[in-house]
Amino acid sequence: MNVQAGSPDFVTVASTSAKRRMSLGFGSAVTDRIMTLVSPLALLVVWELAGRAGLLDQRYFPTPSTIFSALHALAVSGELWSHTKASLLRLALGFLVGGIPALAIGIFMGLSRPIRLVVDPLIAATYPVPKSAILPLLLLIFGLGEGSKIAMVAIGVFYPVAINTTAGVLTINKVYFEVGTHFEATKWQVFRTIAFPGALPLIMTGIKLGAGLGLVLIALAEMVGAKQGLGYMIWNSWELLAVDTMYAGVLTIAVIGFVLTVFFNEVERLLVPWNRTS
Amino acid sequence: MARQASQMIAFTKAMSHGQLPVPVEPTASPVADQCKIRFRGLRKDFTAGSRIFTALDEINLDIANGTFFVIVGPSGCGKTTLLRMLAGLERPSAGTIECARSGSARPRMSMVFQGDAIFPWMNVWDNAAYALKLRNVPAGEIADVVGHFLDRTGLTRFAKAYPHQLSGGMRQRVSIARAFANDPEILLMDEPFSALDEQNKTLLQEELLRIWDETKKTVLFITHSVDEAVTLGDKIMIMTAHPGRIKELVDVPFERPRKVIDLRAQPAYGELVFRIWGYLRDEVQQARLQSECRLEGKSGA
Repeated sequence: MNVQAGSPDFVTVASTSAKRRMSLGFGSAVTDRIMTLVSPLALLVVWELAGRAGLLDQRYFPTPSTIFSALHALAVSGELWSHTKASLLRLALGFLVGGIPALAIGIFMGLSRPIRLVVDPLIAATYPVPKSAILPLLLLIFGLGEGSKIAMVAIGVFYPVAINTTAGVLTINKVYFEVGTHFEATKWQVFRTIAFPGALPLIMTGIKLGAGLGLVLIALAEMVGAKQGLGYMIWNSWELLAVDTMYAGVLTIAVIGFVLTVFFNEVERLLVPWNRTS
Repeated sequence: MARQASQMIAFTKAMSHGQLPVPVEPTASPVADQCKIRFRGLRKDFTAGSRIFTALDEINLDIANGTFFVIVGPSGCGKTTLLRMLAGLERPSAGTIECARSGSARPRMSMVFQGDAIFPWMNVWDNAAYALKLRNVPAGEIADVVGHFLDRTGLTRFAKAYPHQLSGGMRQRVSIARAFANDPEILLMDEPFSALDEQNKTLLQEELLRIWDETKKTVLFITHSVDEAVTLGDKIMIMTAHPGRIKELVDVPFERPRKVIDLRAQPAYGELVFRIWGYLRDEVQQARLQSECRLEGKSGA
């Protein structure tokens, strides 16, 4: 008996995937990356339309087009770039100053139970302290200059990196360390070939969290006693009631945050090609 | 005879419980000339809370150089513990394990671990080269040796692949290539094929036999499969349920090189499997009874 497709006796349970047709011929990696751009752009469109329709008060919520023109003016004058450069430099230095010791301490804590027992209570006790609450202390210690800003970022980056690195080492399957022991790996070789690469997926998570927190803290630190930086630019424009500039600063920080996330995701793809989830 | 004794070196000694290592009696048998590994009065205890549990006891055994030695026993008989002590991952509670001094610079032993033990963060090539890189072997030599064993295990095309891209059988091949590439005097294999399906298992057994025929290393192979033991081994040791003791030593008379499927077609193969099952059946049943008793004890409490 011949039954034609689409006959009432049969129901299609599988055919060429509908998902495949939707991808418009892009590779799935490209589609994934485009997808991450859609939602921020959609927000801007909705905002602009709402502003023009008079649904938003222009004194507090200028439309994205007004903000962009302010941004353009700041970029042309070079002011935006000098502030951005100052903030990025502090961010990068703070990242190194906080991140590198955090990585080392995290791996040692993961590998050594005694070190973990000693250091863990210190981290657990100081981690919940809001970093903003110690800004006055940092100003006192490091002064109004670069030191206090860098220290602020460093402290913010330290915790997520250290905590995630420790967790990363602890989640490595014990059998991999046994392989190292069995093949007589030295301590340094265990660190280099097992603990570090094995913890890398969670280290990357820590770094991404640290980048976000570092950005929050640098903006905050620059609002006090700074003469440059995006945080200073925002604070200063509040004092001058230049709302456009204020938004331009906020937007620049948001873009930096977004670019950092994309950047670290790419770094992760390169460094952790073996991790199926990345 | 005293000279022979001095040629043996003890590389694991009783350390816990403050016991002194048992002095080794020089063996008079002519086999001792080629003895590779010697176990004397070996015991291993584990403590669970306040209770001491003896996993292995009274292991006295000589393994001749170049033997493919297979250990079978019910689960929990301490066969993995025995291998782990050899591999330097556990220490005996009493007794000694000694290994013949060879005078060569080759590593003494390499282990193929049970289940997935290749590094997910290294590609196939780097995994296979791992032990050699740790020993700082010159790069040219590493390339030759690793290239050879990847070829022998059919992995050359996958040298740059990461383990998650491979099947379970291929991952186990990488583990075997890693152990062979290290060129040890003794190869330790802890149920290397137990997680594989029957077809892959047979293929890997064939490959292992082929590589082994080239090198004739001393192998200690653990399995729970009697078929696998008879297929691969020169000598089979059957262990008792806990504590694990030596129950029976059986010689496997089949000629080498062996073909796995042809071998299994022989009546003598079936007879030997049947005989070993006879030794093992009681032990497996006893192991089951013991674990049932433990379960009842727990649920009754």
